[in-house]
Amino acid sequence: MSTDRVRVVVTGVGATTPVGGDAESTWSALLAGRSGVRALTEEWVDALPVKFAGVAAVDPAGVLPRPEARRLDRSEQFALIAAREAWQNAGAPTVDPERLGVSVSSGIGGINTTLSAYDTFKEKGWQRLSPFTVPMLMPNGPAAWVGLDLGAMAGVHGTVSACASGAEAIGYAIDMIRTGRADVVVAGGTEAAIHPLNLASFAAARAMSMRNDEPEKASRPFDRSRDGFVLGEGAGVLVLESLEHATARGADILAEALGVGYSADSYHITGPEPDGRGVILALTRLLEHSQLDPAEIAHVNAHATSTPAGDVIETRAIAKALGSRPIVTSTKSMTGHLLGGAGGIESVATVLALRDRVSPPTINLDDLDDGIEVPIAANAARELPATGRIAAVNNSFGFGGHNVAVAFATV
Amino acid sequence: MTMTEQDILAGLGKIVNEITGIPAGEVTPEKSFVDDLDIDSLSMVEIAVAAQDEFGVEIPDDQLKNLKTVKDVIGYIQG
Repeated sequence: MSTDRVRVVVTGVGATTPVGGDAESTWSALLAGRSGVRALTEEWVDALPVKFAGVAAVDPAGVLPRPEARRLDRSEQFALIAAREAWQNAGAPTVDPERLGVSVSSGIGGINTTLSAYDTFKEKGWQRLSPFTVPMLMPNGPAAWVGLDLGAMAGVHGTVSACASGAEAIGYAIDMIRTGRADVVVAGGTEAAIHPLNLASFAAARAMSMRNDEPEKASRPFDRSRDGFVLGEGAGVLVLESLEHATARGADILAEALGVGYSADSYHITGPEPDGRGVILALTRLLEHSQLDPAEIAHVNAHATSTPAGDVIETRAIAKALGSRPIVTSTKSMTGHLLGGAGGIESVATVLALRDRVSPPTINLDDLDDGIEVPIAANAARELPATGRIAAVNNSFGFGGHNVAVAFATV
Repeated sequence: MTMTEQDILAGLGKIVNEITGIPAGEVTPEKSFVDDLDIDSLSMVEIAVAAQDEFGVEIPDDQLKNLKTVKDVIGYIQG
């Protein structure tokens, strides 16, 4: 590894997910293989072919003070809660505001606000709209509120690439530090899209599981009988910091953030390219950007959403680009798919997997599908090598053909 | 209208607390919304809309900008 390169480390994690209201409760639920998916009880499910989702374990509106909660969209509430937790977990560092950045993304933005505000407008008129409607619905809103909360002035960004948004935000943050724009960047993804229109729209795209009689078994990546993804909600956030800055303040370092690889399929607006060429390209570029030998990679937190098309293609691409040694898992089997939040919470899980040297399981894997030639942590957590430096990768792909892979390593 | 100044003050205190988190007891007649209570212009819009629901008196934008203190708002609502 060259010596003049800025090294980036993770010094804090925060999360609020369908399986826990913070990072540690989420992590212990994931290791225990607990599903956060449940039947929805709202009246509107009667009109839908999908009647379940991964609802956040803790209602964010009950965590934030009421005046704050009422002017933030739910996606912004999740982001702010996860960012504050990550910031405290990093030791609430003193940072020059001009050297502090934020990169927090959502795939869809404040869509609950957009839809409910339109109802208000039609029923009661423009005067009854909250004056905060625009900052609640804008997709950069989560990043903006986190930036305001922390006083970040080095740049506040919200990269958007559908379900790859959270991972792209973390990749963007690594580059912000590496290129000298910031010393510390708070980065991750958030989503709050459990709304009948979204469930209906994804169902119209034939992307969702309709296993209504067994919601907890509906998200089953790599299993032969998988029938689509399960929508989840929440946020995951990391505090990324230059090694120099973290060392100078004596911070606890959870992992090193090695780099990011990007590519685009340029094949179909929603479907994955069958040979996984785009994924292989992203992983190859990840190895280059991270100066990483694939033999060091012990674990992959896969994108694998439980759709019939995607999961096998991804494992083939992993085997081709990284070899068949890493233990692969999909925590979406427990959380559902958080869309733009996925890269956030799955990067948190990847960092904690390195810290504790254990891969969380992929639950509901009763019958491994054909063509999967990488080891999957099927139904039980799997230990990773107990000694030596190991690396792990978080994959995130999005509608539009976006592929993002982020690499972390033990320190 | 039979609302007393005290009734309106109590109602306004509740609204300001709901919207901004400022304790209702701090909402006293001589306080300026901007200078003393640190309430921004968007929150003032929310307060005006909530006051309309509570007291049945519409406060148009061009009037709202002249209402600097809690006492000004009470006076406007009393007509």
